[in-house]
Amino acid sequence: MKLTVNGTTHEVDVEPEMPLLWVLRDELNLRGTKFGCGMALCGACTVHVGGVALRSCVTPVSAVQGPVTTIEGLGSPQALHVVQAAWISHQVAQCGYCQSGQIMSAAALLDQNNAPTDADIDAAMSGNLCRCGAYPRIRAAIHDAAKRMQGGRV
Amino acid sequence: MSKVGTIARRSFLIGSAAVIGGTVFGIYKYKQPHPNPLLAELPDGASAITPYVRVDAQGVTLITARAEMGQGVHTTLAALLAEELDVAWEEIQVEHGAPGEAYYNRSLAEEGVPFGPLDHGVLAQSMRGTMGVLSKFMGLQVTGGSSSVPDAFEKLRSAGAAARFALVAAAAQRLGVPASELKTHNGTVSAPNGTKLTYVELATDAAKIDLPQSPKLKDRKDWRYLGKAMPRVDMVGKCTGTAIFGIDVRQDQMLFATVRLNPAIDAALSSFDAKPAMSMRGVFKVVEIPGGIGVIANNTWRAFQAAQAVNCVWTAPVYRQTTAALVDAIAASFNKKHQDSQLKNDGNVEEALAGGKALAVEYRVPFLAHATMEPMNAVAWLRDGRLDIWTGTQSPTAARDQAAKLAGLDPSQVHVHTMLMGGGFGRRLESDYVLQAVRMAMAVKGRPVKLTWRREEDMTQDQYRPAAIGRLRGLAQQGVVKALDVSVACPSVLESQGSRLGLSIPGPDKLIVDGTYDQPYGIANYRATGYRTPSILPISSWRSVGNSYNGFFMESFMDELALQAGADPMQLRLSLINDAPSRKVLETVSEMSGWGRPLSAGKGRGVAYHLAFGAPTAEVIDISMTADGIKIDKVYVVTDVGIALDPRNIEAQLQSAVIFGLSAAIFGEITFNNGAVEQTNFHQFEALRMLQAPAIDVQVLEGGGQIRGVGETGTPPAAPALANAIFSLTGKRYRELPLHKHARFV
Repeated sequence: MKLTVNGTTHEVDVEPEMPLLWVLRDELNLRGTKFGCGMALCGACTVHVGGVALRSCVTPVSAVQGPVTTIEGLGSPQALHVVQAAWISHQVAQCGYCQSGQIMSAAALLDQNNAPTDADIDAAMSGNLCRCGAYPRIRAAIHDAAKRMQGGRV
Repeated sequence: MSKVGTIARRSFLIGSAAVIGGTVFGIYKYKQPHPNPLLAELPDGASAITPYVRVDAQGVTLITARAEMGQGVHTTLAALLAEELDVAWEEIQVEHGAPGEAYYNRSLAEEGVPFGPLDHGVLAQSMRGTMGVLSKFMGLQVTGGSSSVPDAFEKLRSAGAAARFALVAAAAQRLGVPASELKTHNGTVSAPNGTKLTYVELATDAAKIDLPQSPKLKDRKDWRYLGKAMPRVDMVGKCTGTAIFGIDVRQDQMLFATVRLNPAIDAALSSFDAKPAMSMRGVFKVVEIPGGIGVIANNTWRAFQAAQAVNCVWTAPVYRQTTAALVDAIAASFNKKHQDSQLKNDGNVEEALAGGKALAVEYRVPFLAHATMEPMNAVAWLRDGRLDIWTGTQSPTAARDQAAKLAGLDPSQVHVHTMLMGGGFGRRLESDYVLQAVRMAMAVKGRPVKLTWRREEDMTQDQYRPAAIGRLRGLAQQGVVKALDVSVACPSVLESQGSRLGLSIPGPDKLIVDGTYDQPYGIANYRATGYRTPSILPISSWRSVGNSYNGFFMESFMDELALQAGADPMQLRLSLINDAPSRKVLETVSEMSGWGRPLSAGKGRGVAYHLAFGAPTAEVIDISMTADGIKIDKVYVVTDVGIALDPRNIEAQLQSAVIFGLSAAIFGEITFNNGAVEQTNFHQFEALRMLQAPAIDVQVLEGGGQIRGVGETGTPPAAPALANAIFSLTGKRYRELPLHKHARFV
């Protein structure tokens, strides 16, 4: 089947029920998207499909309709997405394992709502677990990214 | 500095020309440097000036012996080296080194002695010195115990200064100019006439220079990097999905594996039928391993699916089968036979307690999982008499030695590549998953295999934080605490860890009682007794170890004593503590939190103080009752780390430790039935999420003198501060965790 990821279309030969996560990680070697729980409980595997945040660990690849964006496609060290830039300014990551998913969830939130309140952040981000407890900085970075987006700067 | 300290400090300053001794043993051995692990694998044209610095065409690289599991250690270690070596921040690279005995962790072993960190008595100091020497003999290389920064503070600055000395001396020889006339700046040596030589150009010559044994270090007022918030070296990678964790390692021709173990911990596999799995797509092999099976496939998900398809017949549980039976064993060990330690016995506790209506209460905490975000994993590759292992580990030398034994190799044939860890919290001190990966590699000789645990294995096959029981008695009269008697029973983490390493560790296990006997409370009649429950399950270190439960026991009880004394909880603590940094920590948190201001209706506030890893820490928690349950509004944290090397990272560590402690206090519980863990994934082992996470204000003080690590010290006060806040809000005293069993939370 065909799968478009970060603008590139791939032909993948896998079982239709294989979760998108494992197609990305093991078949396409895109390892920025992380495995945490396999049950959509922790959000480490969050990617965008057609611009919507999805948990790739429970999304069968055959159910994917639309282009996939992963953390690698959101931005790169040389060309950061505004959310990644805010994350770096606030020095958010500790172990960093959940941060791909946190950033993808935050980017999807800001895409819909460029001035989220704390309650909006709670609602959008509570599916993303962080065992290091980087939440205070994640919250601050989202508010900062929103301001950057309003001001049109990265 | 003590004599032992001086010798040990010198011993790590080994030159690039250092040769391996090996014929002299005994007391002299610790003066003999361990071989520099960098020399073995140096490419041509590169030189290793000390075990910590490599200068080659790529520039200056810090070879770090401590693993990055989120605590920011790579950044702070880089700052220590860069400060003295004088290189630009953007140009220093950090790499995890091969395991080596030269990287032994003296600071950790020193704090392993049964003396409180504020005990500077002669016996305590001499025991610390002895343990430091012992750890060097054992070649312990461990990331844990909040020890990385205290351990590195002198070593890495000295390494940087020694390397800089050698580079300047090499430039002096080459230019024919006295070293005293040369200056360094950002990786360049310059002469008075303007000639400049880069460190890279000088590296090969510098390796021939004899190193100073005690190089002069900069005054603090001249620091460029230390004491400042440095951008973390791992930040961009972790925010762009380009950082490579253990689970992300990929090798050519690599296979993907998982394991499935008997759900009853440590119980065996009786028989299995692999046929249903072998017919599944992409399945390469099913192998029997101790306690279960491993499945090797060409994709991780296929391995997961196939492992579930194998028909396994399990043998009966080997340990007590239920939570109640396990906890009964702990409750049954409060007796003379199981007494393990009594590290404090001041005054006459029994007599003092008989002087009034003494309090006598029992506290309990459950077993806990580590639940790192990154499930356990390792890549192993066995070929041509060489075993390579890529994994996130907190103890690479132990992993290497155990892997060598399993594969029938010499440790020198095993190469452990320590990767970034998606959380450690003590879990990755263990090597169980590493050895399983080695078994997979042995089953498919010649090809690399990546083992990934499902979350279900990760949660049900952990080495848990033990459950523990505290029995506390005390008496307070007219505002004065007359007596405190604390008894703690739990199984020994040290004994359990030692048994897996084939070590029998003599003497009492101070981890059982850490945080009871060593608190600077000036109580005339004060006793602390530890009882060791005979081994009931494999258990291990969990962020702050014994302090994680003893902090809850002690500081909840301190509020009970304040109530009996008719004293304000903050004032009571201040009236008992005479350690100046500890008092300052409490006074500061009191001021920050507005402790004195009256509480409005529906609000509660609690305080807790704890001394662990030498860093006194106090927390105040503000809560309120809402329609959805108790909400944590705000946490105030103050700690004293002696010297704060990176204030922004310390803030992150304290916020992290508070949230980790609150997650356990509210939700954390591992229970057993039929010998198996009942919680299999995050829906049953919850942790704080964004909507529950409070704002956390942090202040870091520097009154304590000696530098302290900060990865764990914020965890112990979190649970008691919350329980004390709930008492102030509801009048209910909860003596058992997790609190969600008693109260409703947002």
